[in-house]
Amino acid sequence: MTYLFVGIFLAMMGYTCRYAATHRQELINNSYNGRQELFIAQNTRGKIYAADGQVLAETQTDENGRETRVYPYANLFAHAVGYASNGRFGIEAQSNYYLINSNAKLSDKVANDMAGEKYPGDNVFSTLDVDIQEVAYQSLGIYKGAVIVTEPATGRVLAMVSKPDFDPNKIDEIWESLIEDKDSTVLLNRATQGLYPPGSTFKIVTALEYIRENPDTYDSYSYQCTGRFSHGDDVINCYHGTVHGSVDFARSFAKSCNSSFANIGMQLDRNRFGDTLEGLLFNRELPVTFAYSQSRLVIDGNTTDSQIMQAAIGQGATQITPLHLNMITCAVANGGILMKPYLVDCVKNAEGSSIRQYSPSTYGRLMSEEEAAALSGLMQEVVKSGTATRLSGLTYTAAGKTGSAEYNNIKGDSHAWFTGFAPAEDPRICVTVIIEGAGSGGDYAVPIAKRIFDEFFGL
Amino acid sequence: MELYITELSKYIITLFAALYTLEAFLVFRYPDEERRKGGYMRQNLFMFLVHFSCFLVICFETGKLEYLLFYALQQILLFATIVLFCMIYPKGNRLIVNNMCMLLSIGFVVLSRLSFEKAIRQFFIVTISIITGMLIPYFIHKLKFLKSLTWVYAAVGITALGIVLILGSTTYGSKLSYSIAGLTFQPSEFIKIVFVFFLASALYESHDFLRVVLTAVLAGIHVLVLVASKDLGSALIFFIVYVLMVFIATGNWLYLLLGSGGGCMAAVLAYRFFPHVQVRVQAWRDPFSCIDDAGYQITQSLFAIGSGGWFGMGLFRGTPDSIPFVEADFIYSAVAEELGIVFSICMLLICISCFIMFMNIATRLQNRFYQLIAFGLGIIYIFQVFLTVGGGTKFIPMTGVTLPLVSYGGSSVLTTIIMFFIIEGLYIIRQEEGAKRVKKKERRRKIKYQEAHKTEEEE
Repeated sequence: MTYLFVGIFLAMMGYTCRYAATHRQELINNSYNGRQELFIAQNTRGKIYAADGQVLAETQTDENGRETRVYPYANLFAHAVGYASNGRFGIEAQSNYYLINSNAKLSDKVANDMAGEKYPGDNVFSTLDVDIQEVAYQSLGIYKGAVIVTEPATGRVLAMVSKPDFDPNKIDEIWESLIEDKDSTVLLNRATQGLYPPGSTFKIVTALEYIRENPDTYDSYSYQCTGRFSHGDDVINCYHGTVHGSVDFARSFAKSCNSSFANIGMQLDRNRFGDTLEGLLFNRELPVTFAYSQSRLVIDGNTTDSQIMQAAIGQGATQITPLHLNMITCAVANGGILMKPYLVDCVKNAEGSSIRQYSPSTYGRLMSEEEAAALSGLMQEVVKSGTATRLSGLTYTAAGKTGSAEYNNIKGDSHAWFTGFAPAEDPRICVTVIIEGAGSGGDYAVPIAKRIFDEFFGL
Repeated sequence: MELYITELSKYIITLFAALYTLEAFLVFRYPDEERRKGGYMRQNLFMFLVHFSCFLVICFETGKLEYLLFYALQQILLFATIVLFCMIYPKGNRLIVNNMCMLLSIGFVVLSRLSFEKAIRQFFIVTISIITGMLIPYFIHKLKFLKSLTWVYAAVGITALGIVLILGSTTYGSKLSYSIAGLTFQPSEFIKIVFVFFLASALYESHDFLRVVLTAVLAGIHVLVLVASKDLGSALIFFIVYVLMVFIATGNWLYLLLGSGGGCMAAVLAYRFFPHVQVRVQAWRDPFSCIDDAGYQITQSLFAIGSGGWFGMGLFRGTPDSIPFVEADFIYSAVAEELGIVFSICMLLICISCFIMFMNIATRLQNRFYQLIAFGLGIIYIFQVFLTVGGGTKFIPMTGVTLPLVSYGGSSVLTTIIMFFIIEGLYIIRQEEGAKRVKKKERRRKIKYQEAHKTEEEE
């Protein structure tokens, strides 16, 4: 009897310790937990830094003890860094626990007490690069859209832009009007939360599935493009009705031939295609710690011919976030292995000693090395002789895929997409761009990617 | 300066509590009280240091001197309890008294922090309870007819619980108490002891099938009345005590199996038919999904435990008041938040130390009636601790019972103190049983010796 109860109690103690140790941050960050207020009253909110040390957010206190959260770059980092009043968003939300805590030295805290000041909160160092963010932000201009730039080998996010944007310095003043306007999507971080039809960028996925099903023979694929593909009552047209003539697999991809890909789509095993999509994290949670939306596309035995033809070229019901497309592109660039994307590099206390260091971590393999190499080859061909030739003939070799995703029934209204990486031989940077309603990806999205590549390689 | 004291005191308090706890287990090395004396003295020292440090911090944090005065009164009470007990009952067990005083002092500290008024009321009740309790070992010893009152116990129990059901005031959906002359009683607390006496007297001499069934019927009435009053925590305690005591009395595994089977069935039925049981279970499985209503208490409790960390936030540095009924049902969470998880685990270990001592005393008692009482009271005590702590930490669904000796609540603390002193009485009886046996042995030895000498002389 004694042993029974002692055993139960030991189990209970173990459970409590483990729960408290593993859930501490989550518990404190919960908006129902009033203890946040306690930390906020006791500590000055910490700073947020860019990778190279510029301040992205800091709290300034005037003589009367009034605190203001200041964002020196105003709109530039609106969605990535976020805001900390009227709820929290971005890094302000994700790293709130650290920002409101203070691990300052005890002697410094005592000095603060003497001076009647609050303790300095811990500082958060992000992975964001001010120069790349600036180029991405300027290039997007007045368009609505999003840009996300990452390092495929580590998962570090170098830039994350979403437009339309807002000035986080004025969040308290503009909050009411933003909330009242139900149609306003200003607060939405399009880079991670915006769901778009992927258009032709989805051909990366269709091509991967075709390679998987025909590993030895995909090279000998050929198709005679007449500008349209019809099956029963359903017709798929090539972009602007272009007739591509006789195309092989690489050429179909490089020229983004819709007819050929609809033809490929019809030949795919729909159940296996569904498994591949699951493996690529469609309809699933993404391994990230910031706010995002789940991409949507289900293909299985019940998918109709009409649906598969649309899906193969990234139209129809398919919805994807720029973040997710960027992750798939990163996996291609990184030999098939996906690194978890992350925005926060480390947390340090006010004196600069490390509190928490985040290091690159592997999510897992999304495709085999051979498949990644094959896709990389196809994407290099897009730059060399396909729809992204604006990136050819440079000091670095880029690889990528364009997309012009139609989002309504009016011909020619399309979102311009580009997703790609450079240098193709040893990818160091991966860029995904979407510009809403601009037109073709090759004309509008590729130049933005080029400016970002140029900035990164110091050209 | 203040900060140094509060920061340092966290570790000092935890250290002394840990040392006390260590001593509470080290005494089991020695079989006799004489050799345990050193350990008991050290325990008293650590107890004093914990109590004193806690109130020092409270005075520093609040700047109010009345706490110091209150502390002095508590210190006098606890000191007097230990000294008087040793004088009146030199054969008593000091571990039980020490642990009782330690738990009471933790209760005083936490209650003083939560509400000064409630702490003072608790102090008066404890004083009266201890004075009453001091007489109990004497009566246990003298009143030989206690074992023959079987049906009186059952009648008293059922009547008292029945009166609450019919006349009691409803608090938060459960009928728990009634008031006489401005004093509120919670009879289910006292009836626990009566119930154990009933079972012990019914089962100590014969435990044939008929007897077990008869007690089962009467015990069942107790439980059903409690269920009808919606006091599920107490109903569960009564049920478990019945099943385990029958098992101990008969040594028959079949009864245990039958009891647990019946218990499981009853649990399933309760879940099916009582909506408030379903709510509790749901709040346990996923409290965060119903954080606004049913899950509010448990999530606030988890926030408290989670934010305290290993060494706590420090007294007056947390917000345990955010948990509804913190001073009664969730006192464990308040302890964990402000004094730390390590301290709260030491507190649990002290409870276990009491339980082991109870079981120890029970196994060595010769008198079957007294033995069953010791077992029953031990099980009631430890099971109640398990219910309240397990409920507060999301280990099991919440039942809403108090943590004996620590929680606020007159009936609870009076009952527990009486229980502890009953066990003291039983311990003294055991000592005398032992002494008698020793005497018998000595007498026998003497006779043998004399006989041996006689033969020698004759030769």
